[in-house]
Amino acid sequence: MNIATLFLAPLSLGVISAVLGALISITDRIVNNYGDVVIDINSGKKDLNVKGGSPLLLSLAEQDIFVPSACGGRGSCGACKVKVLSDVGPHLPTETPYLTKEEQAENIRLSCQVKVKQSLEIEIPEELFNIQKLTTKVKKITDVTHDIKEVLLELPEGTDLQYQPGQYGQFEVPPYNKIKERTQRAYSFSSNPNDKNHLEFLIRLVPGGIVTTYVHEHLQEGQSINVVAPVGDFKVQKTDAQMICVAGGSGMAPFKSIFSHMVDTGEIENREVWYFFGARTTKDLFYLEWLADLEKKYKNFHFIPALSEPEENADWKGETGLITEVLKSYLETKIDTEKTKEGYLCGSPGMLDACMIVMRQFGMDENKIYFDKFA
Amino acid sequence: MSPVISPFSLFFASILTSNILLANFLGMCSFISISKDMKSSNGLGMAVTVVLVITGMANWAVLHFILIPLGLEYLRYIVFIVVIAAVVQILEMVIDRVSPALYMSLGIFLPLITVNCAILGVALFIEIRNYSFIQSVIYSLGSGLGWWLAIMALSAIRKKVDKAPVPAGLQGPGITMITIGFMAMAFIGFSGMLQVQ
Ligand SMILES: Cc1cc2nc3c(=O)[nH]c(=O)nc-3n(C[C@H](O)[C@H](O)[C@H](O)COP(=O)(O)OP(=O)(O)OC[C@H]3O[C@@H](n4cnc5c(N)ncnc54)[C@H](O)[C@@H]3O)c2cc1C
Ligand code: FES
Repeated sequence: MNIATLFLAPLSLGVISAVLGALISITDRIVNNYGDVVIDINSGKKDLNVKGGSPLLLSLAEQDIFVPSACGGRGSCGACKVKVLSDVGPHLPTETPYLTKEEQAENIRLSCQVKVKQSLEIEIPEELFNIQKLTTKVKKITDVTHDIKEVLLELPEGTDLQYQPGQYGQFEVPPYNKIKERTQRAYSFSSNPNDKNHLEFLIRLVPGGIVTTYVHEHLQEGQSINVVAPVGDFKVQKTDAQMICVAGGSGMAPFKSIFSHMVDTGEIENREVWYFFGARTTKDLFYLEWLADLEKKYKNFHFIPALSEPEENADWKGETGLITEVLKSYLETKIDTEKTKEGYLCGSPGMLDACMIVMRQFGMDENKIYFDKFA
Repeated sequence: MSPVISPFSLFFASILTSNILLANFLGMCSFISISKDMKSSNGLGMAVTVVLVITGMANWAVLHFILIPLGLEYLRYIVFIVVIAAVVQILEMVIDRVSPALYMSLGIFLPLITVNCAILGVALFIEIRNYSFIQSVIYSLGSGLGWWLAIMALSAIRKKVDKAPVPAGLQGPGITMITIGFMAMAFIGFSGMLQVQ
């Protein structure tokens, strides 16, 4: 091989690749340029000018309108529903699993899957205008079990954050290690809504999970962190029905908020509450003293912790077995069958589905079972 | 010298007798995995055809205007692959703009066209057989249509086979491979009619 070819080969390869690279970026400029477009919300209530080309969820968030999104825009939670009045083409295969036939007929869409390509008219509940992005400061991180941390955040001064116990906030963690993008996940408030200066969360480590690994291994006291809040419609209904509550692990969070609020308002005196908490071993139990105290103080409040795999040497006098079995036996023998009941469930999808089957077996009305699936 | 062959013979031969899938067995992975669903098969068939025609022309031009004059034919593998990768990227952007539904349903498979052996195979056949520009266009179009025809036929057959009482051990990939074997044999039936050179 002579010297000329030795240089020629890499040179021509370089030139060919450069030309192709240029072609790709020119096409990107032309094809992905949707220009400036307008998003009209609720017939002119708000008009947003945005650059076309991004998913609707992101375009709205950039203008401080936060549509709930428990999965952070991956199309796997179905929380980000928005009614789109303009024609933006047929529903995508990524949307249809999360939308009922009726919702599809009304042109409800998943805002994380719809790209803004032209000016749009959409409809969203007015409450969403209240959702804010807050830059909070981590005040305290406490280990409550081997895999759950209680995270206390201080709100910026002058924040007016009104939420109902049961609602949640979206944690936004910055890029770290191999994670290149900001990532959001939903966490229920465990704090008392009367505490206007703080927000509290219970976060369970999911091995390999993006946000929980960050919270457990990188988040430090004193650091700032963004939270988008308040979101969600899981809350106590204003009735006097008996509350049958079931939680597992970090599913404790919304109930902590709910019960502390009920103590403040005095509702806990009048309303019958059965709180079932499922854990594997004694290592997974927490807040026992506080709950035992509530049980002692208020005769209508019943706390039933249950272990599915108690350690051999554990001095455990409470219930054992899967939480569904314990729930079933209480519904059979201890809970008044005559009174109307409402179900409140929080935790893993598997546990929730199993509890719902039991509740239905005992004639509880499906429309009166409220839940937040931690998926 | 380009071979002497009528454009019609080349076109029909590349679709039927020398079907890139059933005679040369190129592009099998996506053929088997996507053919479960007719709609996706149709989309992918169309995408493969478009990519084949564009890359067939682009690779012919690169070969004849750059590589041969500079005596760099030995670079053809790497250059063809780079061209194919770029064309697929551009096509991806265009499909996303024109038909998001098709874009979503092709999902992961669109980038996979880059490593679809049928695409590189056609570019190399064009080079080995020394086709002229017009012949290259006809051959790549024919091969694309042939691939499209084959995947549509297979997905239609699989739709029927899914409902048939297939022995347990043969369900899924097993019966699909047997079906493909039969299809290939059927296509051999055309081989006396025309030949590509
Ligand atoms: C309304 C609502 C309220 C919630 N409230 C709470 C709460 O109060 N407390 C709480 O702890 N949780 C809560 N969750 C769950 C929470 O939002 C997160 O889903 C959960 O914490 C996991 O987030 P992550 O980013 O750590 O994991 P993700 O990164 O989302 O990972 C989830 C799963 O995918 C796996 N995974 C991740 N990356 C990969 C990969 N590359 N390859 C293979 N597998 C992978 C992980 O191992 C894990 O099993 C709530 C969820 C909802 C919807
Ligand atoms: S944000 Fe989860 S589906 Fe859209």
